[in-house]
Formats: sequence, structure tokens, C-alpha cells
Amino acid sequence: MSTGTAEAVQFWLLGGLAVLGAIAMVCATKAVYSALFLAVTMIILAVFYIAQGAVFLGVVQVVVYTGAVMMLFLFVLMLVGVDSADSLTETLKGQRPAAIAAGIGFGLVVIGAIGNASVESGRPDFVGLDAANAGGNVEGLAELIFVRYLWAFELTGALLIIATVGAMILAHRERFTERQGQRELSEQRFRDGTHVTPMPSPGVYARHNAVDWPARLPDGSPSELSVNPMHRGHRDGEM
Amino acid sequence: MNPENYLYLSVLLFTIGAAGVLLRRNAIVVFMCIELMLNAANLAFVTFARMHGNLEGQVFAFFTMVVAAAEVVVGLAIIMTIFRARRSASVDDANLLKN
Repeated sequence: MSTGTAEAVQFWLLGGLAVLGAIAMVCATKAVYSALFLAVTMIILAVFYIAQGAVFLGVVQVVVYTGAVMMLFLFVLMLVGVDSADSLTETLKGQRPAAIAAGIGFGLVVIGAIGNASVESGRPDFVGLDAANAGGNVEGLAELIFVRYLWAFELTGALLIIATVGAMILAHRERFTERQGQRELSEQRFRDGTHVTPMPSPGVYARHNAVDWPARLPDGSPSELSVNPMHRGHRDGEM
Repeated sequence: MNPENYLYLSVLLFTIGAAGVLLRRNAIVVFMCIELMLNAANLAFVTFARMHGNLEGQVFAFFTMVVAAAEVVVGLAIIMTIFRARRSASVDDANLLKN
């Protein structure tokens, strides 16, 4: 069986884009770009599923992968820090060229295996899904999932619940000490006696009143205490 | 066009994903590469379903998606826990057992 011209054009256009997106995902310097390129590839795969008669899977691909999974990825990226760059130091010497060579070799072997299999079996005709999808794709899948694969389906339900509980346990943090409120912090300051008053505000008597600009003390020297630790060190040498 | 080309595309995507797992250091990007490999396997399943004219391949792709969703949830939680302990998402920095 051969596909129509429309599907061939679609395949060559979108297939090339999918491979480009995958390569760009591996090569992108920032993790956010990687996530976006992966989303492009996944949407193209959804188009391919629908083109191949898997309408339900195409919709699930968009909803689950590009919707939920990629959103989760971006969410964790925001939590972990978007600008966490890849370390370029090589822990294992010559690992990168070896990995590229192994990838090319693996691809050649599997592509050769598929080509060999289709040559040996005399290029079997694709049966096509017209007969199987006659009663509707969703109905056919439902019959398989809820009758023949019911046990596996119930196991996946258990798996999802276990995964949810596991993620909750991993994300849970036990607090070993009592939370330090305003009262406790104030009492702590008086007990130590080092800095009883509140910290000075940033930018007071300085040239600018930006939050990362230290306040000036009476003798004209900048007070590092006035700047939030997050912003400290950004203004070195230009006070 | 022979629909076998979908299988070749699937192999290409799987290979790129596998190479990405070996090449990249950022744990989140490594995880995305694993997702790409799972997607490539799904494309092969869908193509085989069309090749043999029954829906079993699509059922398997569906189960793969469920397992992938569970895996993403747990994996990202583990990455978050490692990041919280070591302030880094690089797989090279998780070398506590080395020395």
C-alpha cells in the first residue's frame, strides 16, 4: 500500500521539521529552548498519529504531552532556575565524540535492520486501519482497553496513584525546628545583641535609590547590610 | 510514499534522543530526551498498528503514554529533591558516592 500524495508531502515537510526540532532540542544551550523545541516535535508527532488513523492518540498526545508533561517540565525549570547552564567540563575524557559515534552507529544499525526486515519479507502491504476503525477509532480502542486489556488498564491506574503519592512524599519537607516568626526573630536579635534595630534601607543617602544600591553610612562608606543578600556583589567597584 | 518511512523517522528521533541522553549534563534536558525516545517508540507503535490493521499497537502506545506521565511526575520530583539538596541540576554534580 502506498499513501496519497497529500500524506507524502505532509510527511516530508513535517518529518524534516520534527527531526530538526529534535536536533535543536539536544543542541540548545538553554533548557527552556529545549522544552520549546521538544513541544514542536511532539505536536508534529500528534499530526502524524492523526494522519495514520490514530485520532484518539493524536488528541491524547496534544493534551497529555504538549499540555501536561511540557507544562510540568517548564514549571520545574522555573523552580530549578532557568539560567542553570550546562557544565562544559568533561568528566569522562572523550565522552562526547564517543556518544555521537555511538548514536550514529545505533541509528545506522536499526535503520539497516528495518530495511533488511522489509526486504526479506518482500515489503508486506500495509493493511491500513480502515477496517479496524470502521466502528470508530475511540470505540475500537475502548473495546480493547476495557475488555482484553482491562487488567493492564487497572494496573496503570494503580501506577498513577503510586506515582502521585511518591511525588508528594518526595516533595514533602519535614520541618525539624519551630517556624521563626516575627516575635521569635525579634527576641533572637535582643538575645544576640549584635543588631537590635532593623536593617538599614537600601539606597539611603546614596546616588540612587535602587534596591541593589547600598545605603551610605554617616562617614560616607556604603553599608552592605542594607542590601538584600540576593543583590549583594552586583555593584562592586562603582559605589 | 511507503508508510515504512514513519518507522525510519521514529528510529531517527529515538537515536537523537539517545544521543542527547549521553551528551547533555542538565538533568531536565536529559529527561526531555527520554521523553523524545518514548514518543519515537509511540510513533513506531502507531505505524505498526496501521501496518497490521488492528488497534493493538495504539493500545500499547496509550499505555506507554500513561507510564510516561507517571515517570515524568516521579522523575521531576527526584530532580527537585536533588536540586534542593545540592543546588544544582547537573548530573555531574551528583557524585556523593565517588570519593
